Formats: sequence, structure tokens, C-alpha cells
Amino acid sequence: MTLVAEASLRLDAGFWDYTLIAVYFVFVLGIGLMARYAVSDSLDFFLSGRSLPAWVTGLAFISANLGAIEIVGMSANGAQYGMPTMHYFWIGAVPAMLFLGIVMMPFYYGSKVRSVPEFMLRRFGPTAHLVNAISFALAQVLIAGVNLFLLATLVNALLGWPREVAVIVAAIIVLSYITLGGLSAAIYNEVLQFFVIVAALFPLTVVALDRVGGWEGLTRGVRDATGSTEQLSLWPGNELAGFDSSLLSVIGIVFGLGFVLSFGYWTTNFVEVQRAMASKSMSAARRTPIIGAFPKMFIPFLVVIPGMIAAIIVPELAEFKETQSAETGVDYNDAILLLMRDLLPNGMLGLAIAGLLASFMAGMAANISSFNTVFSYDIWQRYVVKDREDGYYLRVGRIITVVATVAAIGTAFIAAGYSNLMDYLQQLFSFFNAPLFATFILGMFWKRMTAAAGWTGLVAGTLSAVTVFVLSETGVLDLPGQGSAFLAAGVAFVVDIAVSVAVSLRTAPKPAKELVGLVYGLTPKEDLQDPRDRNDAWYQRPGLMAGIALVLIIILNIIFF
Amino acid sequence: MSISGSGQGTTRAGRARRAGAFDIRIVIAALFGIFGLILTGMGLFGTSDADLQKSDGININLWTGIGLLLVAVLFVLWNRLRPIIVDTEAAAGGERD
Repeated sequence: MTLVAEASLRLDAGFWDYTLIAVYFVFVLGIGLMARYAVSDSLDFFLSGRSLPAWVTGLAFISANLGAIEIVGMSANGAQYGMPTMHYFWIGAVPAMLFLGIVMMPFYYGSKVRSVPEFMLRRFGPTAHLVNAISFALAQVLIAGVNLFLLATLVNALLGWPREVAVIVAAIIVLSYITLGGLSAAIYNEVLQFFVIVAALFPLTVVALDRVGGWEGLTRGVRDATGSTEQLSLWPGNELAGFDSSLLSVIGIVFGLGFVLSFGYWTTNFVEVQRAMASKSMSAARRTPIIGAFPKMFIPFLVVIPGMIAAIIVPELAEFKETQSAETGVDYNDAILLLMRDLLPNGMLGLAIAGLLASFMAGMAANISSFNTVFSYDIWQRYVVKDREDGYYLRVGRIITVVATVAAIGTAFIAAGYSNLMDYLQQLFSFFNAPLFATFILGMFWKRMTAAAGWTGLVAGTLSAVTVFVLSETGVLDLPGQGSAFLAAGVAFVVDIAVSVAVSLRTAPKPAKELVGLVYGLTPKEDLQDPRDRNDAWYQRPGLMAGIALVLIIILNIIFF
Repeated sequence: MSISGSGQGTTRAGRARRAGAFDIRIVIAALFGIFGLILTGMGLFGTSDADLQKSDGININLWTGIGLLLVAVLFVLWNRLRPIIVDTEAAAGGERD
């Protein structure tokens, strides 16, 4: 993603704007300091002592994902594609989050593993574990660097600070609250960040809607600009999927985005799952993604809708949408920033900038906090220095946080030189998730699946995704829009399943007693429940809440069909 | 809740567990309270006609400021009505959300 870092984006931040931003940062660091008093062992540092209530972990769950790519990227998609962008939330996130809470979380939380790779270790043994742990750790450091770079670009564009200064200041702030307070600090900051972002985007959306003339004005504006109503309805979303055929487009969105890509991301990405693992009981862990699903449904109204409006009322962006000309000096990624520039007076402007900075930093903090868990538990403790006292691993966690942050600064500077490379990296990492989901889901439900199948499936799936990606980049396959990403994920999923089944049938499975708590059908029902959850009220029952969420999604799809 | 919580098993017994003061709800209320005061003040005293025109005639600072103050009050109320119960031993219950 590239932002146009020109003077056209420079915001007129005044004294009170800076005051609001400064107050926010005092709170961010204050949370780190407060959390420090509560950190006394490594489980506290890495998993918040498994003590957080579900609404906190639930909001952190979606906040960890509400970073630069989400806010800037999805408002850009809104400006470009219109309503079909909602699929990224309603089809591409919520069902997978519900599935994680209902089906997969009992195994993650119930087996008392401390990370997603550790689940791999217990289910499939060291080879699959090492493949997963190393690829995850590497990806997180690189993505943290990308987030840092985007943050610096934003600060540079908005406030005119030199990029290098912005990178280092942001890194120091994230580093201080994570080394101090560990995951608790990251999670509490994510919750705070969630509310600040909503407080920033909600008034912006209201003013934008008012300016464009309400919903009527918005639909008229989109119709006039595009000459059709395609961007006003969710389905079939040809433009978004990049298929001419409406049938293929629907299949691509439902299966590619809705099933493989999103289930891969939401159910196996430790950045997300870690938030649920930090909760205080089985029911709270299962409710974490389910509670997160509710705000997730409504965030697009604060992100996609402003993007669509920006493409109507911001003259430069409207011209860009019509002509695609670089001479306008803007592109879709600038949508939300241009809207802020045009609509917000000083005061609200400071709040909006604080919200954006918060979201960009939280993205990086989430990467770093999940990285240090996987590195300390899954790599260092397992393979390098075993059997030391707990305090030792706590110190390792703190030191590695510093190392990871320095590495992220390095990545940020590399990314500054190659803005295209950054896009490729992000896409490549999303490919790790699709085969991971295939391996997990097969491993959780099929006791016959063997250790060898675990890692061969994973490697084969990832390689096939990369192959599809390279083919489409070099022009052998021609799919515009998001089609190539959908296809790569789909192929990775199918190849992973095929290889896993083939290898399993030729190798010896693990003894059934080693799989208790890890595989469905071998795990007694009682193991998947928690005695602490007996007195839950109706709104604390995961199944019921997931059902309500699903009904809401269907209603939203009907309304905006 | 807050940064502490119910201990899990014996390894945690006897450890001093803090709670209450660091309730995230109070942190959110404090931040929104400060933001709300600044924005309400700007809305009342620092809004020029040019500002008003920018946001299409809506005094957005004032309204957002009032909204933030309301949310801050709600969080304080929530905290008062459902305070954190610190579990000393792995007792069930604690703070239900």
C-alpha cells in the first residue's frame, strides 16, 4: 500500500490537536506501567495469566486486526469498489470468527497450549511445529516492520515529521509498553484503541453523510459517478472478485474469501488466537471471537461508507476515480485522510489523528507480542535452552521484544525503499494461513492423520499457493481484482488436504491416547467444558450468541443485497 | 478483572493480586472524560464560522465532546454497578461481563 506523501495531505494540526494526541500517548504508556505491577511470571507476560474477561479479549481480538491495512485499505476499497467491500467483514470475517469460537476454541483452550504452534507440536510432533513456529515468527517481524513503515508514512504525510524520526519514536513507544506489561499491556491498549477509533470515525462518518446528502445523496452520487448501481449492492461483486461471470464471482467470494482465506486467517493466526487464550475460562475463551463478531459487523459502516463518500465529495478523489490519472496527486488509499482534511475542524482532527496512530501502533504491538510468545516458548524453550526456571524465560521474552523491535525498524527502512515489495510480502504471508487451516481442521477431526502428513501437507500447500501467486504475477494466469488471491488460497487448501490424506494413508498414526484433548471424537465431552461456566447467563452462552450473530449477518446481507 | 484475576491452581496461591484501581473501564472513562472536556470547550468557545462550514454546519466538536462525556459516565456507572470481585482462591465467579 502506498500513500501519496504530498503536501495535499498535510493536515492543519493545531495546539489542541497535539494536546489530544499527547494525552492519548500518556495513557498508552501509563497502561504499560500499570500492567507491569501485575506481571510476575512468564504466563502473566505471555498470556496475561489467563485471567481476562471476555469483553476485553473480544474487543482486543478485533482491535489487533484493526490496523493500518484495515482502516486505510478498506476505506480505499470502499472508494474503489463500493458496497461489495462489505464482504471482507460479513463474509470474510464473521463466519470464521464464529467457527473459531464454537468449534476450534475448545481444543485450543482446553488443551492448555500456550500458542498455536504448540498445538501443532502436540498434534503432529516437532517437524510440523518447527515449520510453523519459524514461518510465523519470521512473518510477524516482517509485518511489524511494514506496520511501522505505514505508521511513519502517515505521520510524515499528516504532520510533516521526517519518516526516520517517526519510525523510531513509534517503535520506542510500542517497545516500552510491551516490555513493561507484556500481553496485558498490549490487550488493554487494544481495547482503549478500539474505543478511540470508533470515537474518531463515528463523527467523521456522520459529518460525511450529512455533507453528501444522507443515504439518498450517497446512492445518487455513486450512480452518477459510475453510471450503474453495481457499487451499491453486495452481490455479485464482479469488480471486487475480478471475474466477469457473476456465478464465478459469487463462488470466488464465498469459497475463496469467505471460506479458505478468512478461516485460514481468523482460526489459525496466533496474533488473533492469543487474545482468546488470555481469557479467564473456557466459556470466556469461546466467547472472545463471538463477542468480537458483533462490532466487526458494524465497523465497515465507519470505514467503507466514508471511503465511498470520499470518492464523491473530495474533488481530487472523484476525479481520480473517473480518470485514474496520477496527475490528481491522490489515490484510493488517501480516501479517509482526505475526508479528515476536508471535514474536520481542529479538535476533532486531533482525535481522528490519535485514532489512526493508535490503530497503526496496535497492529505492530500485536505482531510483536505474539512473536515474543512463539519465540520464547516454541523456539527458545523447546529447542535451544531447555528446563530453566520461569524467570529466565520471562527475561528472554523481554529481551527478544527489544530484538524484534530493532528488527522491525530494519524492515521498515527496507520497506521504505521498496514499496511494491511490501505488498508482495503481505500477500505471501496470507498464503501461510490457508494451508495451515487445512492442516488444523483435518488434524482436529481425523484421528488417522499422521505426524508426517502434518508437515508435508503444510509445506506442499504453502508452495502451491506461492506457485499460483508467481504465475499470476508473471502474467501466465490473468485474474484482475482479488481473484488471484482467492485462487491461490483455494489451491493451497485443496493441495494441503490431498497431500495430507495421501501421506496419512501410508504412514503410522499416533496412538489414540496421545490425542486426547486434541482430536474431536477422542476427547470426552467434559474436557471441553469448564466447571466455572455452569452459572452463565443467556448472553454468556457461546452457541446462542453465535446464532444471533449469524442471523444478523444474514439480515445485513438481505438489506444490502 | 483489571490486570489481576483469579488464580489458577496452587502455583498462584498466596500471591498478592491487585484489582480495582486498574480497571480498564476507569482508564477508558478517564481518557474519554479528558477528550470530552477539551472538545466540548472547543465546540463552545473555539468554533469559527469557517470551522462550522467545514463540517457542514454541524458543531462536530461540541457534539462529539458531549458524546464522549456521556460514554465516560456510562463506563463509570458500569464499573460502579458491576465492580470487580477479586477471587483469592480459584473461586468461580469473579467479574462476569
